Amino acid sequence: MGLTHSSTGRGAVDTGLTIEKRNPSDLAVALAGNPNVGKSTLFNTLTGLHQHTGNWPGKTVTNAQGYVRVGDRGYHFVDIPGTYSLLAQSAEEETARNYLCFGSPDAVVVVCDATCLTRNLNLVLQAMEISKRCIVCLNMMEEARRKHITVLPEKLSEALGIPVIACNARKKKTLYPLLDLLASDAGTPPPQPVDYGEEIEGAISRVVPYLPAPHGYHIPARWLALRLLSDDPSFRKELVEQLGENYLSEPALLSALQSAKEGLNKGGIDEEALRDALGEAVMRRAVEIADVAVAHPSEDAHKRDRAIDRILTGKVTAYPVMLLLLALVFWITIAGANYPSALLSRALFALEEPMTRLFTLWHFPLWLIQLLVTGVWRTLAWVVAVMLPPMAIFFPLFTLLEDAGFLPRIAYNLDRPFRACHACGKQALTMCMGFGCNAAGVVGCRIIDSPRERLLAILTNVFVPCNGRFPTLITILTLFFVGSLTGIFASLASALLLTAVIVLGVAVTFLVTRILSVTCLRGVPSGFTLELPPYRRPQVGQVLVRSVFDRTLFVLGRAAAVAAPAGLVIWLLGNLAPGGIPLIVRISDFLDPVGRMLGMDGVLLLAFFLAFPANEILIPVALMAYTAGPALSEYASNGELHALLLSAGWSRETALCLVLFSLFHFPCSTTLITTYRETKSVKWTALAFLIPTVVGVLICLAVHLLFRLFS
Amino acid sequence: MNVPKSLNALTVGGRGRVLSLSSSGRMRRRLMDLGLIPGVKIDCVGRSPLGDPAAYSVLGAVIAIRDCDAQTVLIEIE
Repeated sequence: MGLTHSSTGRGAVDTGLTIEKRNPSDLAVALAGNPNVGKSTLFNTLTGLHQHTGNWPGKTVTNAQGYVRVGDRGYHFVDIPGTYSLLAQSAEEETARNYLCFGSPDAVVVVCDATCLTRNLNLVLQAMEISKRCIVCLNMMEEARRKHITVLPEKLSEALGIPVIACNARKKKTLYPLLDLLASDAGTPPPQPVDYGEEIEGAISRVVPYLPAPHGYHIPARWLALRLLSDDPSFRKELVEQLGENYLSEPALLSALQSAKEGLNKGGIDEEALRDALGEAVMRRAVEIADVAVAHPSEDAHKRDRAIDRILTGKVTAYPVMLLLLALVFWITIAGANYPSALLSRALFALEEPMTRLFTLWHFPLWLIQLLVTGVWRTLAWVVAVMLPPMAIFFPLFTLLEDAGFLPRIAYNLDRPFRACHACGKQALTMCMGFGCNAAGVVGCRIIDSPRERLLAILTNVFVPCNGRFPTLITILTLFFVGSLTGIFASLASALLLTAVIVLGVAVTFLVTRILSVTCLRGVPSGFTLELPPYRRPQVGQVLVRSVFDRTLFVLGRAAAVAAPAGLVIWLLGNLAPGGIPLIVRISDFLDPVGRMLGMDGVLLLAFFLAFPANEILIPVALMAYTAGPALSEYASNGELHALLLSAGWSRETALCLVLFSLFHFPCSTTLITTYRETKSVKWTALAFLIPTVVGVLICLAVHLLFRLFS
Repeated sequence: MNVPKSLNALTVGGRGRVLSLSSSGRMRRRLMDLGLIPGVKIDCVGRSPLGDPAAYSVLGAVIAIRDCDAQTVLIEIE
């Protein structure tokens, strides 16, 4: 999927509230909006950054910052999570509200989807109440036109009393008017957008005079009064954190609040009723404004979408179509990666000789040359040659499905089975992110509101094979299970096998989720609402270029950061030979009995441990150990690799257990660190390590026993 | 006037008008943020393959809601 360099691995963390302005004249601009309206796209177009975008709600779970300079003016854009409201019911809404409230942006740009403006206006009105400057950016105007929905920006601007700019988030030149507007000093505070009726307005005016100025923050008194009256606990907590305990303990304020609440109670408005009344008043105002600014001549503007939905979510078709699409993506990946992989490995390994000659010329000692060339370079070359082509094909394809709007349908189709496991369908979305990188998947679990269901998703994310494990699975499946098939049939068979492996991973996800939800994470499923966005034609060309580029960077980055140092370690283990026996042989001999019980051998077990920082290096490590230490063999062709593994004593059992254990074993170090960061708990992090490992050990033991039984 | 029904009684292709919500707390807020406030038109546009959740079109957007949550939304069928 469109996971990018910055949204995966260690980049997948929060950037916090503060902005360091480079110039005093720089503007801090918050990009707010409903989920999936193109905020991140707009952000990327403006800042040239590659924040992950995709046609599904909730994929931005943290604030991202980007800088753009036009002429002598600098703009800091903050892409805040998409929300339907600022009344903070979920983690994203809290992040969004806290930034608007305490991040002190100079302006808030609310990005709106012109195809469903009413609901977007709900957020616009709320943003107007909280910000010192507010601008509406109408995105997806062309899509609205195609659906015969006419939005009139001038009328909208007139009704709201703030500037409205129509744009196309994908085209930078349509965004310059926005930048010009931001730079002009014409910014005035937005008008009072909603009248809450006599009683509530009365209560507001009773509290406002007693509110002390919120030091250093721009929080409109009226908005603050409403939050205090409706007693929003999460806001109160944040307020105390930012402004100190004393802010709310002013006796005059407390008594004003008390009397205002009593007044409301007398009118039959308790806190729940007040929250209702506020929500309803804003939504009603949104409907009124949309009536003025939008014309819907056609009732079935979304006819085409419903027709596609009938296939993708239909009773009979939904699951077969999902599986077919998955298998098709795998097939294209495997068939397409073969040739470039071979080409790449030949090219990279061909560099060994000139490299050796160069180092000799520089009078490097022999051991250093060997360490650099047959240790570091060879591991790196192996990882790049095997990892890069499949990933550079798989991810663009996945991104196309994602951009088209397919992923939320998967969550929708799978919600029922997930509910049977006391979890929620959004877990399917986090699993899709796991394909790219399990660490990113774990961070993505923030889209799940209930903490219990979020933990279920975090603990099971590793059952989806990530970027680092995929190519290993493909290679081993192709070598050992496709048999004598060749050409198109071979890749088709590999793709089907891989699909089966993924289905197994999903099945185990369900099983483990279910077991956890009746043991240590007991509870009933909470509510579930998920927007099914309109299908959009993906920007094929752009997706391909962007995604191939991103994946290439990602794989190369990982290769340099992890494979190269790992190559060094493995080389040392293979060449340090106290007593004449290389360390790597000693350790793998020691592990051998356990490895055999799991249907593998000591070398593979050692390889799994050494690949803890990155699953990519699993096979290179094993190969280096098999070739008795001195160096990793060259990866020449699948045939030679097959022969080498057979001579190392591999059987189909070994290959099967390797595939299974690769799918079911402890997460890599980055994922574990991320799990700790997300759960802030040693216990859950330990479980995230133990659960998949235990599952893998049990499955491999069972397979081993079965093979013993039948042979 | 029609007898009030709960939202999950709406069949695919059917249309209703929201009368009231009986849920409370977070779910109530979320449903209201999605546009389910009294008077708003709501269409059932599909059901997931296993029958639950169903997809509803509200204010131009399609939202999946589980039957157990839809039960808390009172509507009149048009």
